[in-house]
Amino acid sequence: MLGEGILKGMAETARNFFGSYVSKERLTTVEYPEERIPAIEAARVFPFLVYDGADWEAGLRCVACQICEKECPPKCIYIDKSKDKKPDYVGKQQFYPTRFDIDVSVCMSCQICVEVCPFEAIKMDNEFELATDDRFGGLLYDRKQLARSNEYYHSIHPTEASQVDARLGEEKAKVEAKAKAAAEAAAAKAAAPAPPAPTAGGGS
Amino acid sequence: MATSPLFTHFDQIFILLRNWLVGFLPAALRPAAGVVLGVITIVCLFPGLFALTTVFERKGLGRIQNRLGPNRVGPFGFFQPVADGIKSLTKEDIVPFSANAVVHFLAPLSLVVAVFMEFAVLPMGRNMVLVDLNAGLLFFFSMSASTELSVFMAGWSSRNKYSLLGAMRAVAQMISYEVVLLLSSVSVVMIAGSLSLPKIVAAQDSYTGIFPHWYIFTPWGLAGFVMYAIAATAETNRSPFDLPEGESELVAGYHTEYSGFKFALFFLGEYLAMFAISGLGTTLFLGGWSAPFSFLTFVPSWIWFFSKVMLSIFVFIWMRGTLPRLRQDQLMNFAWKFVLPFTLLNLFVTALWRFMGEGWMRWVVCTVILVAAYVLMGRLSMRNEHFGPRRYRYAE
Repeated sequence: MLGEGILKGMAETARNFFGSYVSKERLTTVEYPEERIPAIEAARVFPFLVYDGADWEAGLRCVACQICEKECPPKCIYIDKSKDKKPDYVGKQQFYPTRFDIDVSVCMSCQICVEVCPFEAIKMDNEFELATDDRFGGLLYDRKQLARSNEYYHSIHPTEASQVDARLGEEKAKVEAKAKAAAEAAAAKAAAPAPPAPTAGGGS
Repeated sequence: MATSPLFTHFDQIFILLRNWLVGFLPAALRPAAGVVLGVITIVCLFPGLFALTTVFERKGLGRIQNRLGPNRVGPFGFFQPVADGIKSLTKEDIVPFSANAVVHFLAPLSLVVAVFMEFAVLPMGRNMVLVDLNAGLLFFFSMSASTELSVFMAGWSSRNKYSLLGAMRAVAQMISYEVVLLLSSVSVVMIAGSLSLPKIVAAQDSYTGIFPHWYIFTPWGLAGFVMYAIAATAETNRSPFDLPEGESELVAGYHTEYSGFKFALFFLGEYLAMFAISGLGTTLFLGGWSAPFSFLTFVPSWIWFFSKVMLSIFVFIWMRGTLPRLRQDQLMNFAWKFVLPFTLLNLFVTALWRFMGEGWMRWVVCTVILVAAYVLMGRLSMRNEHFGPRRYRYAE
């Protein structure tokens, strides 16, 4: 009959109206500043720099290779390479960034810097409350503001972080094994009577 | 109990208050001062009610959609209208460069003034009517018809395609439904025998047993009320008839080019028109200020009037939360092919009711005619309707 659908619809909305006062499941609203839902593991907002150990400056994994700076689509990363070198996590001498700035207002959260980084040095954070009242200085994060410990990385992306750690550990073990083998070879060479070998050193 | 002095005092409290205030003035000024006081009351009361309604509407619509609605400003968000008011007052008042500035300025004013005039003839309680005109109903309708002019002034003077389209839709819609609105009220006039709204209420203020003699409890009254409600929704541009301001297709319709306080005036005018038309519907069909049961007559009459109006407003909001917007051709077809013929038939049924005299016979005859007509017209009008996904003839 004419008008039947209207009555059905009105009944449905009335059920919603009264139901929303009775059952909490109907209301899906999370009242944000007071209530929060935990971030899902894959959430990504803005990059940060990972450091190992306690000292952020010494432990920074970044070697200032500048790949991310070149790959960044909106060009929001600014890196200055150091003149001197410091040992990285395997003990190899590497450059380090004397300046590593990211402009929050330009970053588009594409994660390309993370994907191109060969050193697992830059990762995505899930911190999203980045608002500031200083729109120039406050939006340009320097390396100190960007540095986060590896433990923090584990706390926000546990699965990914342990995969990264496993990969780094493997590499370190490989390097160590190589170094050990080289050392053994050198020791064997030194032990053996070798008359004609004046300039050996690192004959890799 | 209805005659006890305490009740009379409480029922007539506003009248007594007015007379007491006016008593301080010389006798020559008293009638004028009384009217001014009444006007001030109306001008303060209804915008206050409007502010309350906006927050209730937003909360109610939220609940209908399983949301919370505004709850930040003040306790439970009830100060939201204050925030909205401050916002609209402090916003820049933009007049388009090529707009007709005078008409653009006058449109919201004339709308609000015309709508306020409608309240002059509404009886809001026993003896509580500002002007008891003999032709109160006619006055009401002439005032509500002049809002169409304001809407068209707004749409035309803005010099904007959306505004003009919205205004043209509004005029087409309001004129179509104005006919229905008038014709459905005429049946009440036929029975009550008066155009004066207090007299129409007085005609309904009697009881059989505990049940009142409201016109909605008669076959023709119920049919008339349903038609009136449909036409009233269309008159006030409320969803599902909100085509003049359909925001998904016309930005905001005739008030697209209005900002700041002028926009707030349009908003106010729309809600005031809703109160006025609910008040008229209450007066015509729901017994005005009379109590719904004879044992409830101890409650002051103005409480009944305002509860009935707020109930109608709630139904307006409920419909808005339920129904999607109609298409323009559906709107016009509905007005001219269904509502208008049915209202004309209802006029005939009312005449039948009037001349068949007392007795159960007229109940049966009138009910049968109306139900049969409703079912038949529904069948006929839906005969060629195809429900389900839309079929395209050329584009596939």
